Amino acid sequence: MTTADYERNMVLSNVDYKVVGTRPVRHDGADKVTGRAIYGADFDASGLLHGKILRSPHAHAKILSIDTSKAEALDGVKAVATASDFPNTGDKSVDLGEDTTKLKWLRDNILASDKALYTGHAIAAVAAVNPHVAEEALALIEVKYEALDPVMTTQEAMSSGASILHDGLTTQELGEDTGKVSNVASHFQHVKGDVQKGFSEADVIIEREYDTKTVHQGYIEPHNGTALWSPDGRLHVWCSTQGSFVVRDSLSDLLGIPVSRIRVTPTEIGGGFGGKIPIYVEPVAAILSKKTGAPVKIVMSRKETFEGSGPTPGSNIKIKLGAKSDGTITAAHAWMAMEAGAYPGSPVGAAAQCVFSTYELENALIDGYDVVVNKPKTAAYRAPGAPNAAFGMEQALNELAAKLGMDPIDIRLKNVAVEGTRRPDGPVFRRIGAKEVLEAMRDHPHYQTAKESGHGRGIAIGFWFNIGFDSACNIAVNKDGSINLTEGSTDIGGSRTSIAMHAAEVLGIPVEDVRPSVVDTDTIGFTAVTGGSRTTFATGWAAYEAAQDVKTQSIERAASIWDVDSDSLQMEDGVISSKTDSELKMTFKELASQMSDTGGGITGRAAVNPKGVGGSFCGNIVDVSVDDETGKVTIERFTCVQDVGKAIHPSYVEGQMQGGSVQGIGWALNEEYFMNDQGNMANSSLLDYRMPTSLDLPMIDTVIVEVANPGHPFGVRGVGEANIVPPTPAIANAVSDATGNIMTQLPLTPGAVLDSGK
Amino acid sequence: MKWIDYENAKTVDEAVKILSQSGGKARPMAGGTDLIVQLRVKDPRVDADVVVNVKDIPELNELSYSADKGLTIGAAVPCHEIYNDANVIAHYPALIDSASLIGGTQIQGRASLGGNLCNAAPSGDSIPNLVAHNGVATLAGPNGTREVAVEDVCTGPRQTCIGKDEILVSINLPNPGDGFGANYIRFIPRNEMDIAVVGAGVSVNIAGGKFTAAKVSLASVAPTPISVPDAISALVGESVGDGPIQKAANAAKEAAKPISDMRGTAEYRKHLCEVLTRRALNTAVERAQGGK
Amino acid sequence: MPTKTHVTTTINGEQIDFLCEPRQSLLECLRDVIGLTGTKEGCNDGNCGACTVNMDGRIVTSCLVLGVEAEGANIETIEGVADGSNLHPLQLAFLENAALQCGICTPGFIVSSKALLEQNPNPTEHEIRFWLANNLCRCTGYDKIVRAVQDAAKRMQEA
Repeated sequence: MTTADYERNMVLSNVDYKVVGTRPVRHDGADKVTGRAIYGADFDASGLLHGKILRSPHAHAKILSIDTSKAEALDGVKAVATASDFPNTGDKSVDLGEDTTKLKWLRDNILASDKALYTGHAIAAVAAVNPHVAEEALALIEVKYEALDPVMTTQEAMSSGASILHDGLTTQELGEDTGKVSNVASHFQHVKGDVQKGFSEADVIIEREYDTKTVHQGYIEPHNGTALWSPDGRLHVWCSTQGSFVVRDSLSDLLGIPVSRIRVTPTEIGGGFGGKIPIYVEPVAAILSKKTGAPVKIVMSRKETFEGSGPTPGSNIKIKLGAKSDGTITAAHAWMAMEAGAYPGSPVGAAAQCVFSTYELENALIDGYDVVVNKPKTAAYRAPGAPNAAFGMEQALNELAAKLGMDPIDIRLKNVAVEGTRRPDGPVFRRIGAKEVLEAMRDHPHYQTAKESGHGRGIAIGFWFNIGFDSACNIAVNKDGSINLTEGSTDIGGSRTSIAMHAAEVLGIPVEDVRPSVVDTDTIGFTAVTGGSRTTFATGWAAYEAAQDVKTQSIERAASIWDVDSDSLQMEDGVISSKTDSELKMTFKELASQMSDTGGGITGRAAVNPKGVGGSFCGNIVDVSVDDETGKVTIERFTCVQDVGKAIHPSYVEGQMQGGSVQGIGWALNEEYFMNDQGNMANSSLLDYRMPTSLDLPMIDTVIVEVANPGHPFGVRGVGEANIVPPTPAIANAVSDATGNIMTQLPLTPGAVLDSGK
Repeated sequence: MKWIDYENAKTVDEAVKILSQSGGKARPMAGGTDLIVQLRVKDPRVDADVVVNVKDIPELNELSYSADKGLTIGAAVPCHEIYNDANVIAHYPALIDSASLIGGTQIQGRASLGGNLCNAAPSGDSIPNLVAHNGVATLAGPNGTREVAVEDVCTGPRQTCIGKDEILVSINLPNPGDGFGANYIRFIPRNEMDIAVVGAGVSVNIAGGKFTAAKVSLASVAPTPISVPDAISALVGESVGDGPIQKAANAAKEAAKPISDMRGTAEYRKHLCEVLTRRALNTAVERAQGGK
Repeated sequence: MPTKTHVTTTINGEQIDFLCEPRQSLLECLRDVIGLTGTKEGCNDGNCGACTVNMDGRIVTSCLVLGVEAEGANIETIEGVADGSNLHPLQLAFLENAALQCGICTPGFIVSSKALLEQNPNPTEHEIRFWLANNLCRCTGYDKIVRAVQDAAKRMQEA
């Protein structure tokens, strides 16, 4: 592979700040490179017991009986739990951080009551003196099942005569309950304009069907949780989670105790990507702790993580596009069915918010189907649903461009969404950077350099809307002018530093003078999950507001020292000064040293739910080579271009872009849940679930585009997700370019690529 | 994992004695990179109560070469010692093809070719290569030692002709002589850390522009690694060139009896047998003609 | 009840004695018996590299070593990489090149990379990628990790 002579990682910026936009070392860095940081599985407590979970060997079965007596009798076993140990807290709708579900479904997913709905579904649990004894005890639990036919894909689940997962599940058709028992939980539509008219006006029509497989987030740290149910009725849980408050609130719903009696301490977390938003082992550990009076730790194995946590769905997608001969899209129809897994709630709704949102379309129709199948309940995975949708849409658009003889970037620019564009699902865009991303791609040396002979080149662009939600932040000023900042967003990739940078910018102090901490649910106001690309946006904003609070109080304190009106003072670059009297000047540090004598300490606080969310667009240019005898695809060069609004910490933004790109590469080339005839995952190990290794990749070049989000004080949009959307179609387009064959299925395994020519 | 006992054998006799007294429930362990996982996941084919460490037995750590005896590889010699060994580099460079791709760096610090053979996976990356080098295994048991050609060791998936009271002491590769070239390649979807979809280990002896001897052995296309006699007969006696190599590759495709699974369909694997055998033979010829 | 085995070993330069069951892996012994939790478990079958330690001069996945095999061995874990309060050049390079996000794979990458640079002080990009292929990272896409190793190599050569 040749390396072009250009700057690999570029920032296309237009506003400069003092701290924002710099690249300091993260505050938790030293702990993480020396092995001192405490992750969930590292947590220890006096008298700790170890829990293990028995899981269903059947993809679909009635549970006839569970006999735990032999397990309970084993030496070293302290307690056994089943679904019958949950208190009867009825059924209702519960908030899961990014979506909602029914309490019964949430409870049944944690420990199955009447039916096992996927291989790996938790059935019972044991607490014992060590993990080996707990595991031996699992083998002594006798479960009688009545095996049922498994339903593994949307096509199977939607076909007439399909085995039914839930007797009580009836299809919601365009918002109305049909009363019809089915595996289709819902069908919804978004309509804009008149697609029939649009297609009738088209000079060219492309119509194609695409399939994608179930894939996993693949975080390296398995799920874990430790619970201590104290005799005073208080429950304390330590776990790796993307949302400590969601864990707390879910535990309250499941266990029937008030949130005020539950404290969740988020440990350091070893990756999540959406998969650590739901709870799995925490309530089980809590029940076992209540039964034993001791702290109980449960750590999933890798196999359990694949089979018993939430992947992102397989999908069946049909895209139809019509265009005028000049490339103007006249109509677009997306038909998308996504696997929810065992309980309703696939990301098809989010997919519908993304599938056409890069484009200004006069006529569009989106059909979405949420379908239950005998696989683990899906969870969020980095822009959930959007990569599936883009795999279809961005390939169909390339076919359209090819048919019209247009450059694939030109056809996108011809139809690109801009400020004022109304998405087919309703919202009207404020200032967005789709056009700027496409222009940066077009102008990039990668696109401007001819591909090497024999290589294929593909491009694609993707969208994620990002979210706001609640965040809280407290700041305490220390006597030396440093500040302690506490917040509730678990830090998966350096966010405590990007959040601290917001406060440092406002107060004009070095970010090293900020000590940020992620604290437990007793210690900070409600903070929503680390997800939806919201953390730097919303918790950063809370830090901004808390720092503004400190700033205002500092000015008032200085005004009282100088006995002047606070309106006459200003604070810039860490110095409080008079707007009129040049003699009156004092650094923030000096003021801090006088806090005690001038009214006591200064603390700032903020709780926000910002509405100015700005969506993010991301595009890829990718060159591949294909071994024409084996079908193996090699990524030769990869460029990722993303509008992030404002990169608070450009290195961490690049890291998000590179990480999302490579997860997308894995999804494109090799990753899938390979299910056998019985509905069991055949490749539930990191050997056979082939995530990319370092040797499978080139460097991932990044271009940070900064089209400031008007809805954030520094212009932040959120960067975590949009970057996983374009890789699958960009790579498919590149492979099509190299082989001349259309790629309608993921993953593009060597065998599939070879077969595509047949 | 269920309870196991651990024994540290210091001599071949001691190891054999422990195995003999265990009622078939003891397993020798060298690198342990397969055995420990199998015990952990309760692989029914590896039901052991006792693990016998054999890494402290001198004969199992031998890595020596002489012109008349060839290369002796102790059963517990880890991969990294093999690909860093001057004699291997000088006389058996193709052996490095396998030793450097079994697992990753960390696995190669522990895993041995002997263990790979005893593990008898259909996909074992060293086995076709050892076959291509005409390897002979030395086994020790209660009744002394015996020798078995490597290609006869594996009898089924995770099954070998090695008795439950026997251990593999070493593998001998005869001196390949002049005009010898070998190669092992495998196809995997990733570039490392993967199980062979198909593996091909080949060797040729060339004299006077003709193939005088050849070996073709395949992994992952049958319950055990297999030899392909028709490929050998397609080569031996023929002039070096694309024609016989293509015939041998076609024979490999014909001989393969793969299954369809998560790593590939049977049809795809058969196709790969042709591709990999051809590619491996071309490299082997190149090496033979280049001297090594 | 079966008895535990007494093991005497050297970890990060200190002689350590511990008791373990033969079925316990070195990883378990380090984490649950000795209390060195810097070495992480990601897969427990040798495929992710998060549990990498250096054993007698070679890197190994400690989940595939029995604790009893540590008898007489010389083991270095992530806790032994820094020289007291001075970070190793690799640790500095990982921090300054933003080569970690969640950080769970980082101890394994640093222990592996250190062994690489000790035997090959100036590795090529390909050599780094090949050596580290047994260490999975899901956050970074490896780009910044490879650069950090290159940067550390440079720092160590200049030192």
